[in-house]
Amino acid sequence: MGLLSLAIWTPVLFGVVLLALGRDDQAQAVRWIALIGAVVSLLVTVPLYTQFDVSTAAMQFTELSPWIERFHVNYHLGIDGISLWFVLLTAFINVVVVIAGWEVITSRVNQYMGAFLILSGLMIGVFCALDGMLFYVFFEATLIPMYLIIGVWGGPNKIYAAFKFFLYTLLGSLLMLVALIYLYLASNGSFDLVVWQKMPLAANVQSLLFFAFLAAFAVKVPMWPVHTWLPDVHVEAPTGGSAVLAAIMLKLGAYGFLRFSLPITPDASHEWAGLMIGLSLAAVIYVGLVTMVQKDMKKLVAYSSVAHMGFVTLGFFIFNSLGVAGGIVQMISHGFVSAAMFLAIGVLYDRMHSREIASYGGVVNTMPKFAAFAMLFAMANCGLPGTAGFVGEWMVILGAVKVNFWVGFAAASALIFGAAYTLWMVKRVYLGPVTNEKVKNLKDINAREFFFLSLLAIAVLYLGLYPKPFTDVMDVSVTELLKHVAISKLP
Amino acid sequence: MIDKLSFVTVYPEVILLVMACVIALFDLAVKSSGRTATYILTLLTLAVVAWMQASDASTGQTHYAFGKMVVSDPMGNWLKCFATLALMVTLVYGRAYAAARDMLRGGELFILSLFALLGMFVMISGSNFLVIYMGIELLTLSSYAMVALRRDHAASIEAAMKYFVLGALASGFLLYGMSMLYGATGSLDLQEVLKAIQSGQVKHQVLVFGLVFIVAGLAFKLGVVPFHMWIPDVYQGAPTVVALMVGGAPKLAAFAVVMRLLVEGMLPLALDWQQMLTLLAIGSLAVGNLAAIAQTNLKRMLAFSTISHMGFVLVGLLSGVVNTDTSAVGNGYSSSMFYVVTYVLTTLASFGVILLLSREGFESEEIADFAGLNQRSPLYAGVMALCMFSLAGIPPMVGFYAKLAVLQALIAPGDAWHIGLAVYAVMMSLIGAFYYLRVVKVMYFDAPVSSACVTAGMDVRAVLSLNGALLLLVGLLPGGLMALCADAIVKMLAS
Repeated sequence: MGLLSLAIWTPVLFGVVLLALGRDDQAQAVRWIALIGAVVSLLVTVPLYTQFDVSTAAMQFTELSPWIERFHVNYHLGIDGISLWFVLLTAFINVVVVIAGWEVITSRVNQYMGAFLILSGLMIGVFCALDGMLFYVFFEATLIPMYLIIGVWGGPNKIYAAFKFFLYTLLGSLLMLVALIYLYLASNGSFDLVVWQKMPLAANVQSLLFFAFLAAFAVKVPMWPVHTWLPDVHVEAPTGGSAVLAAIMLKLGAYGFLRFSLPITPDASHEWAGLMIGLSLAAVIYVGLVTMVQKDMKKLVAYSSVAHMGFVTLGFFIFNSLGVAGGIVQMISHGFVSAAMFLAIGVLYDRMHSREIASYGGVVNTMPKFAAFAMLFAMANCGLPGTAGFVGEWMVILGAVKVNFWVGFAAASALIFGAAYTLWMVKRVYLGPVTNEKVKNLKDINAREFFFLSLLAIAVLYLGLYPKPFTDVMDVSVTELLKHVAISKLP
Repeated sequence: MIDKLSFVTVYPEVILLVMACVIALFDLAVKSSGRTATYILTLLTLAVVAWMQASDASTGQTHYAFGKMVVSDPMGNWLKCFATLALMVTLVYGRAYAAARDMLRGGELFILSLFALLGMFVMISGSNFLVIYMGIELLTLSSYAMVALRRDHAASIEAAMKYFVLGALASGFLLYGMSMLYGATGSLDLQEVLKAIQSGQVKHQVLVFGLVFIVAGLAFKLGVVPFHMWIPDVYQGAPTVVALMVGGAPKLAAFAVVMRLLVEGMLPLALDWQQMLTLLAIGSLAVGNLAAIAQTNLKRMLAFSTISHMGFVLVGLLSGVVNTDTSAVGNGYSSSMFYVVTYVLTTLASFGVILLLSREGFESEEIADFAGLNQRSPLYAGVMALCMFSLAGIPPMVGFYAKLAVLQALIAPGDAWHIGLAVYAVMMSLIGAFYYLRVVKVMYFDAPVSSACVTAGMDVRAVLSLNGALLLLVGLLPGGLMALCADAIVKMLAS
């Protein structure tokens, strides 16, 4: 069994064991097994990093065996510099989420932990799949645990949110399924991504495929104007669900652009780049403005996620290495930062049971340790140099300026909005005098919360201060991808 | 003409017939209220028959018997094997339910179900208009009686009447179509009919005229729009165990008859019947999925879902022949066969859960009755959730691969019309996902309304767990069943 299979199936196996054997009266044992499962799953991904060869763009750790022979579907796994960090990120966030849900979740703990472990394995599968059908199976299967997580442990309006999440994303993926089947037939019976990337395709076919992929990935990212499911879902999802959704699930869509849209339909990508840049800027600027007026903290972070993901898609469709690498770095940094933001809101919510900004004020007076963490994450969210948020946005803006000054200018202006909405929220929630009795009685974070917040804080600072390990890994792969995208595939 | 070898070919049918009669007599001596002895004898008979079918099928050979009136080929044998297994599972799930509803005062349920199975065998093996017709009648007559088995229950009687009247009408259609073709081709034998059509000597209009009636009759048996009216009423009105007998295994037989009549008998007319099937499929996908949204009764909802799934089965059948090119027919037909087999597997599990949750004097068939099932019994809720995700076509459940198979067959011609139809089909399955998700929502998100403990015997729990696990396992490793279906269809087309 290869390392990638191990990375995918270890958490799934632990999750299945928890589902099958866990009982509510043994909640503590369930939590420990879940934590062990998550940590073991993280440890098995470490060799992927240490043994990774940064000098090649070829797929590494590949595994290939036939899966459904009738349709020539293969169990084909492999990672390159683009996907490596997402595998590590997923396994890391999974550990954090398990710790974050430790005391908060008291009902059906085994199902909660099991769902998160299985979800983490499936998402790693998406990042490793080199076979179109295998990718689709993992991509779609993630909906089931997430649907249950939102619906069972969510807030008051959870049912609406769970359905909206499931049906909205299913709509996009079903169109992609038709595109995948078309590619399978057009390539004379192959689901292999590498074959598809080399296959010539006519211009109109490429455009249709491009839009079918766009339907699936734009909803998942989400891009403006199909982002409306995200705020609703984030508000209702439990804290862990929000963190995984923002940190990893949104990346599945962006990753899809890199694996499918750009290399399989390069000519259509160039043709529709204007549209994509327009949508991305709309997300960055318009959604940035929308974020400013939010009264609900989770909604605010959800909208800011849409704006940040706008940078990612903007970076991809300006077709230079700064842009693409910046987009990927932005994905990773947003993975850490958004998870941290949602978990920080979760810490407050567990104490106050309110997400309204107005019900807080002066939290720093009663929770100084927590406020320090929250401040750091907020700074990272608005892209302060020295934090993770800065690197990616800066690279994308630089890349955009190279292509067109005004695109870069428009994107840069979004940094101001980012600072405005984040700092304004910080001011209203954390700073100033204590506004009410409830805030006065708040207890500062305990050792468990301190632990998982510091894990995230270290990651945020590390990526901000020394991004070289991140960018080095992806450098060759990004160059290779751009080289491939620059060559026309028209027959 | 009737030689010894002919009887060898139909041994399973002979054993089934003899055993049905023996069990009917034996049952007179059984006194226990649960009819344990009858039940065990029935299961043993079915197990032997299933084993015989499987070993026949695995030889991979095709035999004709009784002057080519009956055929035994891998497709037929596998379908008969699956139908037998489906009936066994149905009886395991349904015995406690039937006993609690005073349906086991006599052994009719077991004996009628054996005769229904015999009818399916004859349908599946028939290679002659009259043999096929006889099989259909044997199946449906037994089914009418089973639906009406609770004779003091108004809804059951109403369902039986509707089923009977509409079923008789459909049989009339089918028989009329057969007589037209007999008149035109001069033979009842499917191979002779095929030869006559291929010769080009027969007037096309007459053939198509007969074909319309045959397709209408088959559409009724499959339960596709616009011949679907009986399905919701029978599913809802019939005792749940009988609803499963009507809605499970017979789908396999109906599929086989479609293959025999339309493919073995009338492949040269494919362009004509494909058009008809296209209309039926478009209607079924729309009506099945849209009407299911409005249902509050789970059995009725599953009935409409059946209609939409049969629409998907037709999708695989209607994409075989493209512009008289028959090279890709095997792909489409084996996809449909895979679809129907996995559909029956899923139906068994979902009705199994309904049967187990029904107690004495309480039919657990409203969707609301499933509220909070996850808290009452995680196992049953899990199996039901697997069924619902499978029916909705979400990977890695087996239902997804079935949809994938028929969709790739549909898109294979590569023109805008077929791709458009595929987009329509996936959009309809998106609508379908809504009502399947609603069942999951009720089970997992809602608070339980009753705290009644869910109890069932070990055997039932084991079979249900296995059935649920198969939905996932065949989904994770669908290759084997797909290869089996492809092989069976290839051999059928070659003969």
